[in-house]
Amino acid sequence: MSDVLGIVSFESDHMRVEGLMEYRPIPAISFLGRYRLIDFVVSNMSNSGISNLKVFVKKQPRSLIEQLGTGRHYNINSKRGHLQILYGESNEITTGIYNHDINAYLQNMQFIEESNEKYVVIAPGYMVYSLDYNEVIKAHIESNADVTVVYKTIDDANENFIGCTTLTMDKEKRIESIAINAGQYKKRNVSLDTYVLSRKLFMDLVYEAARTSSLYTFKDILADVVVPLNIKGFAYRGYCACINSLDRYYEANMQLIDHKKAKQLFKDEWPIHTRTNDSAPAFYSSDAKVKNCLIANGCRVEGELENCVLGRGVTIRKGCKIKNSIILPETYIGEDAVIEYAVVDKKAKIENVKEIVGTRDALVYIKRRDRI
Amino acid sequence: MRQNNMLAMILAGGRGTRLYDLTKKVAKPAVYYGGKYRIIDFPLSNCANSNVDVVGVLTQYESVFLNSYVAQDHRWGLDAKDSGVFVLPPREKDSGFGLYRGTADAITQNIDFVDQYDPEYVLILSGDHIYKMDYSKMLAHHKEKGADVTIAVLEVPMSEASRFGIMNTDDNDRIIEFEEKPPVPKSNLASMGIYIFNWKLLRKALIEDEKIEESAHDFGKNIIPHFIDTGRNVFAWKFDGYWKDVGTINSLWEANMDLLDEKNRLDLADNSWKIYTEDVATTPQFISDKAEVKHSFINQGCVIDGNVEGSVLFTDVTVEEGAYVKDSVIMPNVVIEKGARLERVIVAEGVTIGEGVELGAKDGDIQLIAKKKVTK
Repeated sequence: MSDVLGIVSFESDHMRVEGLMEYRPIPAISFLGRYRLIDFVVSNMSNSGISNLKVFVKKQPRSLIEQLGTGRHYNINSKRGHLQILYGESNEITTGIYNHDINAYLQNMQFIEESNEKYVVIAPGYMVYSLDYNEVIKAHIESNADVTVVYKTIDDANENFIGCTTLTMDKEKRIESIAINAGQYKKRNVSLDTYVLSRKLFMDLVYEAARTSSLYTFKDILADVVVPLNIKGFAYRGYCACINSLDRYYEANMQLIDHKKAKQLFKDEWPIHTRTNDSAPAFYSSDAKVKNCLIANGCRVEGELENCVLGRGVTIRKGCKIKNSIILPETYIGEDAVIEYAVVDKKAKIENVKEIVGTRDALVYIKRRDRI
Repeated sequence: MRQNNMLAMILAGGRGTRLYDLTKKVAKPAVYYGGKYRIIDFPLSNCANSNVDVVGVLTQYESVFLNSYVAQDHRWGLDAKDSGVFVLPPREKDSGFGLYRGTADAITQNIDFVDQYDPEYVLILSGDHIYKMDYSKMLAHHKEKGADVTIAVLEVPMSEASRFGIMNTDDNDRIIEFEEKPPVPKSNLASMGIYIFNWKLLRKALIEDEKIEESAHDFGKNIIPHFIDTGRNVFAWKFDGYWKDVGTINSLWEANMDLLDEKNRLDLADNSWKIYTEDVATTPQFISDKAEVKHSFINQGCVIDGNVEGSVLFTDVTVEEGAYVKDSVIMPNVVIEKGARLERVIVAEGVTIGEGVELGAKDGDIQLIAKKKVTK
């Protein structure tokens, strides 16, 4: 896989993970207690043997720089490999509506030009799946395609992957059209915004997009060139979540509390790496009552938990009753709090509050470092 | 080294015979402890946290795993340019192949290594002990007293003092007498086997000791008494905190159970003095709707469908539905199948406890289970 350059793409404007996004870009959001979303794509690339990665960041790069570092903890060789964090440095074309993937690529084209790899794998930092890109590249080469798009056939497209693209294909899996998923239909082939193509064609398409419109994104240009190019679909059948809203973020966390479901994502020979925090194991006191939860290291649980995801270093004091909630790392929840259907952001401190209760349709979001 | 002119040497050759199967293939410093650690993580992390950033590790018994484990110095943050963990096993030399004949001989055979760094002080540690200590405080005390040697000591209950090497001191913390396991102890200050030496003096003493045929070439038996007997400034530095030498299955179990005591002073959750270890890529822990988990210390990757109480579970342990684990220590990758019941046992890494198997007892000695698969 030394002939493949990895490009991690960023979220588009329609994706809004309310609350959490105020503080970091979507790929940097904490996920399943222990991870950040970006861990999945970077681990997929690293596990696939891709050692040259360009990670594009839409905005607020601090948390991603912190998480990714040199990439060593993702198994990326620190001498032969290279993980580079890139973002649009010119304000003129990378702010507001102009802050899209094509402009970020253009601004950093020199690094893509200077790479030697024949192919690029482009995969987004906001999707959660585990996939060996070697399989996609193999299919790409065998089918003589110009571009290969990874897709998944889903039957809940009316509420999932909204704003993402759907594909129609002929029997040979040649893509005939690419459209936006407006949520009218249930069964659809949705694009995982994951592509394989030659580095040269990638650069050509980026320039072509810029020539066409200053608001064009990579998806737009791809939809334009369905004819004459030979664009093929590659079916992915494992677990996939597209984190494009708070609702989808919540749903994906809740789904994966179920170990059987999680096994579809976490495979024995396919580790998902992350940055270690060197936390101690989690401690459960004699008063702890825990049902159906996913808990990270460094937690201290004294209260009652049901259907919750706890990030690293969370403290739940005695008498708490917390249900159906996601508690992000290093949060402190004082005695006797009742919390339901909430997403509590990092390092929040909740004390002397009896009730924070939302519903599945109206989740409560508690701000980062908030004191309540 | 640059900051404090002190280099550490960790004696990690110990066999730990009374840990039976746990030390059959690895030396005692590599034995698991506390849900995710190995014992040697403690002195290594203490070094890292105390700014002691050049560390030699002297291995001997079953050293292959231990050598590769400690050589990954980035685990403890000891991988900056001027720092490192250096593995020093016995080796073939011009004079032939020489095993380390004693703790002091292990250092003597590596005088060249220490000399490369030209330190003013050498910190001698054991790779067998569980504790958190700021060695920079001990060094400050060493300097303040103008000591030639400083020995870290722990106050033990007088009734147990005859099990330890006891230091008798004057009012100024100066050690005037050292007694190994005295039947009638005169003090309760037990040596922790942690020493700071002025390197020049230690170097000289080691070279002299090497020539003495009847010497055991041991710090406790030969080097320390030599310093005291020749009137050197040997001082005690009192350590106040958790310290444990786990020599037996019972004491290893007890040390793990200490972590469940709310008042335990080791406090592994204290982020100001973290203990670092190997970073493994596993999921968080899954506690299912059928599980019951109480009063336990559980590491990442565990999947719990059964009942866990008063126990320490290491990485990737599976407890199936209806299984019951009480007051036990379960090492990594153990599978406890449906309906199995464990009480007061230590289960070694990778063991499978078959369906319905019952092991352990309410009282008596702790049982070690190391057979790959235990069936009914």
